[in-house]
Amino acid sequence: MYEKILLAVDGSHHSIRATEEAIKVSSLNSSSVVTVVMVADYENAKSDVLHSGSSVELDMKRRKKIMPIEELLRKHNIKYRVEILHGVPGPTIVEYANKNKFELLIMGSRGLNGLQEMVLGSVSHKVVKRANCPVLIVK
Amino acid sequence: MNTLIEKIKIDWFSNIRGDVLAGIVVALALIPEAIAFSIIAGVNPMVGLYASFSIAVIIAFVGGRPGMISAATGAMALLMVPLVKDYGIEYLLAATILTGVIQILFGVFKVAKVMKFIPRAVMIGFVNALAILIFMAQVPHFLGISNITYIFVAVTLLIVYILPRFLKSIPAPLIAIVALTALAIFSNFDMRTVGDLGTITQSLPSFFIPDVPFNLETLMIIFPYSVALAIVGLLETLLTATIVDDMTGTESKKNKESRGQGIANIVTGFFGGMAGCAMIGQSVINVKSGGRGRLSTLIAGLFLMFLIIVLGEWVIQIPMPVLVGIMIMVSIGTFDWSSFTYLKKAPITDSIVMVATVLIVVFTHDLSKGVIAGVILSAIFFVAKISKVEINKRIQNKVIIYTVEGQLFFASVESFIESFDFTVENEEIVIDFSNTHVWDDSGVGAIDKVVLKFFENHNTVAIEGLNTSSQKLVDKLAIYNDENVKMPIH
Repeated sequence: MYEKILLAVDGSHHSIRATEEAIKVSSLNSSSVVTVVMVADYENAKSDVLHSGSSVELDMKRRKKIMPIEELLRKHNIKYRVEILHGVPGPTIVEYANKNKFELLIMGSRGLNGLQEMVLGSVSHKVVKRANCPVLIVK
Repeated sequence: MNTLIEKIKIDWFSNIRGDVLAGIVVALALIPEAIAFSIIAGVNPMVGLYASFSIAVIIAFVGGRPGMISAATGAMALLMVPLVKDYGIEYLLAATILTGVIQILFGVFKVAKVMKFIPRAVMIGFVNALAILIFMAQVPHFLGISNITYIFVAVTLLIVYILPRFLKSIPAPLIAIVALTALAIFSNFDMRTVGDLGTITQSLPSFFIPDVPFNLETLMIIFPYSVALAIVGLLETLLTATIVDDMTGTESKKNKESRGQGIANIVTGFFGGMAGCAMIGQSVINVKSGGRGRLSTLIAGLFLMFLIIVLGEWVIQIPMPVLVGIMIMVSIGTFDWSSFTYLKKAPITDSIVMVATVLIVVFTHDLSKGVIAGVILSAIFFVAKISKVEINKRIQNKVIIYTVEGQLFFASVESFIESFDFTVENEEIVIDFSNTHVWDDSGVGAIDKVVLKFFENHNTVAIEGLNTSSQKLVDKLAIYNDENVKMPIH
């Protein structure tokens, strides 16, 4: 089954659902590793920096969003790593997935910006179009 | 030597294509801003353009944050208004040079670390106040002039906000400028243009010493402006550097950047440019467009100058309402819209500091005054907050136990002393300091006073739970163990 799995999250409850599917897939292969990525959107960089006291605090704030996902993975004994990427969410995830030759990319169909997606086009649609590997969209 | 070559390779040549493209995008966006900021300061547009060219090129080499864009900025321009109005451009150039000197000193004395102490609330207030001031500076250029002015401003805003949804490769402000300037030329609408507010000289800047008397009087005139410019410039620069650090996941050398800003401003002053600093908006555009290294900043400066030399005669035809529209966009982008959620969630003292900073800046039109006032206000709130000492009293096995919580120092000694009941006699009393810290001799003196007062009524007192540093201080200074001591005056 899949050994290198990429799980793209943003801390929303769709991310939790995507994590649950990632656990199901990953459990089929004991040597599979799930890489959890969250993209710190460039659009929010100024606001993020302004509202945090230090870069350490900012890292912790971001890491906290992923805490529930990490706990879920630990509970099911899934081997995992966490990476925080910076950029525009869609292209950044695609570039990371393609560059690191992941075998499967798992993500939620909607994220935190439910309304925006109707107007701008969702991240998951962009990713499906451009990722080289199979993509599992969890609804 | 090898690591130097390695470093040059990384800083300059590791992202050539991205840097060049991003630099070009930045230059295109920078031209209207440099012109608009010159107009805010009350100087000829060439002053802002020469400044942007000079600062960008020099910072590319001496800055501490590759990928960050420095040029003429709104924050700096706003501070220059009274100086230019009362004394003229030559004094501004002299002030620019002095600003650079002060900034180099700040860098040498590692003042950048002081930025750590500027509270979040003040920084948010700074950014919001800047946005408001930039907006306010546009009002005389579009309110009550003519209907066509309103239309052009509105169309500019429409283009700038809607076009990027469909076309991302060319910056929308550029399209707005080109399209609307062409429209203005062909339609003969009556509007003010850049040319009405100054000239565009299609040549490189030249070296000249500002025409000011070299005496103490000049120094007294420009010094306060230079200090304010140095502070505001470094504040915005260090904030921008932190943002670029976060976006790129790399670190920057803040003191090196400070020195670099100083060098850039000194040279700029000798070449007819106004003082500038790093720009949040343009740096974000640079990184978003793929810029990462020093080459992007250099290209931005060079391409900007190239465009002015080549296209200068069209630049003067740009209608003012278009620049106003772009500046309104800048103002909206500068404002921190998440401040409203911040106000709801932050402690009330932080919210007060933020709002106070904004109000003081807006009323004085001076960003540095607002920042200083905000820092002072924040410090006062901080001392008030930590000077609250809480004492809980309970009785256990006939022993009166007082538990102290909070910090014991000069500002909290009175409330500390008042929390004890000294009327008791012949009791066993324990004071538990495990949840507190004793900071100075006032604190030790307060402990002495309390213990001695209890002794007077034949109570026994045991002090427990002092942490190591508190214990050291008490051992060194306290007198209550010496039985023959009466109450000293603390």
